[in-house]
Amino acid sequence: MSKLDSKVPEGPLKDKWTNYKDHINLVNPANKRLIDVIVVGTGLAGGSAAASLAELGYNVKAFCFQDSPRRAHSIAAQGGINAAKNYQGDGDSTYRLFYDTVKGGDYRSREANVYRLAEVSANIIDQCVAQGVPFAREYGGLLDNRSFGGVLVSRTFYAKGQTGQQLLLGAYSALSRQIARGKVTMYNRHEMLELVIVDGKARGIIARNLVTGEIERHSAHAVVLCTGGYGNVFFLSTNAMGSNVTAAWKAHKQGAFFANPCYTQIHPTCIPVSGDYQSKLTLMSESLRNDGRIWVPKKIEDVKAIREGKLKPKDIKEEDRDYYLERRYPSFGNLVPRDVASRAAKERCDAGFGVNKTGEAVFLDFSSAIERYGKTEANIQGIENPSKEKIIELGKKVVEAKYGNLFQMYEKITDDNPYETPMKIYPAVHYTMGGLWVDYNLMTTIPGCYACGEANFSDHGANRLGASALMQGLADGYFVLPYTIGDYLSKDIRTGKIPTNSPEFDAAEAKVKEQLSKLIDNNGTKSVDYFHKRLGKIMWDKCGMARNEKGLNEALVEIAQLREEFWKDVKVPGKMNEFNPELEKAGRVADFLELGELFAKDALHRNESCGGHFREEYQTEEGEAKRDDVNFAYAAAWEYKGKPGDAVLHKEELKFENIELKQRSYK
Amino acid sequence: MNLTLKIWRQKNSKDKGKMETYPVKDISPDMSFLEMMDVLNNQLIESGQDPVAFDHDCREGICGMCSMFINGEAHGPGRGITTCQLHMRSFKDGDTIYIEPWRAAAFPVIKDLVVDRSSFDRVIQAGGYVSVNTSGNTQDANAIPVPKEDADKAFDAATCIGCGACVATCKNSSAMLFVSAKISQLALLPQGKVEAKQRALNMVKQMDEEGFGNCSNTGACEVECPKGISLENIARMNREYLKASTS
Repeated sequence: MSKLDSKVPEGPLKDKWTNYKDHINLVNPANKRLIDVIVVGTGLAGGSAAASLAELGYNVKAFCFQDSPRRAHSIAAQGGINAAKNYQGDGDSTYRLFYDTVKGGDYRSREANVYRLAEVSANIIDQCVAQGVPFAREYGGLLDNRSFGGVLVSRTFYAKGQTGQQLLLGAYSALSRQIARGKVTMYNRHEMLELVIVDGKARGIIARNLVTGEIERHSAHAVVLCTGGYGNVFFLSTNAMGSNVTAAWKAHKQGAFFANPCYTQIHPTCIPVSGDYQSKLTLMSESLRNDGRIWVPKKIEDVKAIREGKLKPKDIKEEDRDYYLERRYPSFGNLVPRDVASRAAKERCDAGFGVNKTGEAVFLDFSSAIERYGKTEANIQGIENPSKEKIIELGKKVVEAKYGNLFQMYEKITDDNPYETPMKIYPAVHYTMGGLWVDYNLMTTIPGCYACGEANFSDHGANRLGASALMQGLADGYFVLPYTIGDYLSKDIRTGKIPTNSPEFDAAEAKVKEQLSKLIDNNGTKSVDYFHKRLGKIMWDKCGMARNEKGLNEALVEIAQLREEFWKDVKVPGKMNEFNPELEKAGRVADFLELGELFAKDALHRNESCGGHFREEYQTEEGEAKRDDVNFAYAAAWEYKGKPGDAVLHKEELKFENIELKQRSYK
Repeated sequence: MNLTLKIWRQKNSKDKGKMETYPVKDISPDMSFLEMMDVLNNQLIESGQDPVAFDHDCREGICGMCSMFINGEAHGPGRGITTCQLHMRSFKDGDTIYIEPWRAAAFPVIKDLVVDRSSFDRVIQAGGYVSVNTSGNTQDANAIPVPKEDADKAFDAATCIGCGACVATCKNSSAMLFVSAKISQLALLPQGKVEAKQRALNMVKQMDEEGFGNCSNTGACEVECPKGISLENIARMNREYLKASTS
């Protein structure tokens, strides 16, 4: 039998999850008290998993590197969360959400997992409302919905542009309740630096207390990694500064296969880069594409004039604007999926039509929406023959109510007022669909080591649809893992406490200390950021929105060289046994320097274009991604063999029994 | 632009700490304040000095991690922003900028500009939640309509990012704006009303135990709050607390 057993239950798609739950082994409440579970990360996946496991009765130890579990980067998600509630009566159903997600992922995800996700999505909304999450409501008091890219229904629930914040605070409050009850022990400002495996099973972690620098041993019967994505391998991304791959990468080096590392989501609507000092990029929610129209000038002389400040965007006549998404994709228009929108922006900018100084920006314009809403509002208020000014005044108010905080955020950063002039946007690294390979139970290839949320690879295929990350994080943590982990832990009721004085813990701790002292004693000359920025540039230039064989081969060499240089010349100030943010960064960048190589290797081997992975050699005549279902309809799971470049490929063939594989079309 | 920075340096919680002076050059007005701090730190590292420790993470104004007291104001000049959203265009060439940590007994300094805000977590643990388990069998989300006005007010209170600017600003180091935001959010929603009394009593008790001061209605917290949390919430909390203690 292949090492990759997805453990998808038998039976018809729609009955799999129900049948599975009916037949798994359970742990009785008295025995749950004898079992410890470690959860690393407290975002939507980790926070919800830790809270739910504690409610069930397990003893949970939760870890986060931030000063409070409430600050995990899920908090920055803006637009919304999908659920197949069909409150709008527009034809939504579990099957449609499943279908849209598989299609949106360009047919590179596992059917059974996606169906389960769609199935539990409705419960998430019920659960969150019961917790006091203040979703947006209509005047009748019922929940409001909006529409997102790549779908034809309105199924996205939201709380202005702060949906992630509200959902995370919901999970945080559930977690806080369990901390108060003593069922969760919370370790703030702690970072996992190694996974401990005893007799082939994940039995604990080595963590560093970031305040004192102390190295700690923590044991458990299972370890759940909810540590998010690895977008920061690009240095510039919409991720938080601390977001990192370390926990997942350490697990990978201990035997967890890493799947589809090259599937990266480049989000189309971010604030463009302004200078070399830039430390991160800021996303403007996809929800803005509901009302914003994306364009560049049709004439190259207008582009020039705009760049030189001689013309303002408003001066460009309607007929001289190229609403290129509406032109190329009439049926989805500005709401095409993210990968399609990003590549289209790159295509225009590469052709010389970028509208800022660097030539890497397009307009996102709200003037039509302001006018349209203004007219409706004038009708509602019974104003006859309203003046143009009145319409615009009313329209601005409607737009403010919908997107006020996003417009404000944009203005703070750029000093431009988007109510008056179009936003400038450009694609940026946002989310990573790849991650630790997991089976239907969300278990990695290491028994007892689970991965949830963005940290795993399972549900989004090669491209994630908007408002699906929040859905997946909470589905995994609230509704999937609490069942699946029980089946595994039912065999551990007689095991007793896992001791931390075993040789395995000794060895893991020694390894962690060795790497830390190596970094501290290195006496190099360059800061960690210096290397991180160079890695980011290689990744963006050669493994970014569009890749080719030549560039990827160069990247493989350059990343390996840079890694060598890092270990020779990095300079980390301070000591090991103290609060030392530079040391934290150094460890994370060391792991990014390894992951980057595997990323390039994966992108090089996948001789097709699909979703967020676009290989220039494989495109249709119209420049769309060209899949190769005969040779590449599989998840690529890489096994670590001593060096990132030596990783061995294992294939999980993806079977599509409920959906016909088609060329994805949004035209 | 060229600037002079006066920054609070403190090795650890036991160290007395003092202001140190650092010049920085060639700062672009488009940089964020924290990017300016990155420039300083790179300079310090490469010249063999100890970089300035400061908390930060999302750098887009939502995680609540960044926490600098700049020229005597929490999150610096400008309204409705966190330190990470402050840009150098708010300063002039040649300016001297004073940078200090949040100062409050309930927020002890860990190092330099980094403080320990776990007291906030403990206040939430005392009751800042609705006691429902994640069964997946709660009633349908639309079963109880919530008036839009209440939902909107609850949302406004819920946007608090827990940064602690209110405490740092208040002359009494009161946490009332933070605590009242959570009490208000949940008291305004039918789902939270069930436990409203006990919640108000428990959270206020914990707040007092943590060593936060009292509210004397100066309203400075509301002015400096990056999320514009309204003082109205404190009034609502007092009402909830009074209701709970007299019944």
